[in-house]
Amino acid sequence: MNRILEAIPYARFIGVGVERVDGRLECVLPFRDEIVGNARLPAVHGGVLGAFLELTALMRLIDESGTDRVPKPITFSVDYLRSAGPTTTRARAEIFKLGRRIANVHVVAWQDDPAKPVVAGNGKFLL
Amino acid sequence: METGKRYALAGLFGPGRPEMVGYVPHARVLGISAVEIGPAFAVCRLPYRDELIGDPGRKVVFGGAITTLVDHTSGLAVACALEELTSIATIDLRVDYLRAARPGVDLYARSECYRVTRNVAFVRAVAYEDSADDPFAGCLGTFMLGANRTDSSYERLIGGGRDA
Repeated sequence: MNRILEAIPYARFIGVGVERVDGRLECVLPFRDEIVGNARLPAVHGGVLGAFLELTALMRLIDESGTDRVPKPITFSVDYLRSAGPTTTRARAEIFKLGRRIANVHVVAWQDDPAKPVVAGNGKFLL
Repeated sequence: METGKRYALAGLFGPGRPEMVGYVPHARVLGISAVEIGPAFAVCRLPYRDELIGDPGRKVVFGGAITTLVDHTSGLAVACALEELTSIATIDLRVDYLRAARPGVDLYARSECYRVTRNVAFVRAVAYEDSADDPFAGCLGTFMLGANRTDSSYERLIGGGRDA
């Protein structure tokens, strides 16, 4: 999985890593000054969080389907729930439906407490 | 937008300026710049770079980088729709990927804030390479007004607030 992330320049650019926790895939976004959107709070940029969710959904899909082709996003929507402070953000994806052509994936990201998500997303991908 | 409406940023409407992006660290890292702002709309540019590629096979910019461009442009469009500046926070953002963005060229987003209520602003946007009439992505977003304790970061653009 890390090899796939390594092959995606954008994933390296924002510094995303992938881990397996209790057998489940988790993506990790370490905090860095370069990903700040609001310097006064400070908070991670909403766009970076959206991209992080989309990457997590992709990783989960690639992991699940065993394909080397990167699925193409059709639509992705992001709900911003709390501001994401200057600490590590982690995300997990759940595949709601893996069809022949289209997959529907939900993703949730949190910081210190998994029960307090900072962003949630839903994406549909063409396989 | 009805005529005669006041806009807090009216004095800045026209070609974009570097300081419209400078205070957002990640937008600076990406090299996002404001191209033009006007009543309730904004246009921004994301310069092409290899680091933004999401699909190495097709050399297409990662969708999430488009999210950042659209989020930024839409926040600016909301500020351009306000009579009085306040803090702006994204509630949600949906991006439809209509086709792959052309590799190797700068990408643009144009956002229009088509409705402002007391607490929420509604935005639609497109992302494109050459013309807003031929977009590769379409977007919808909602933004919370006065969402956090910080002032609008756009206040420094007009000299530190309404006393200036």
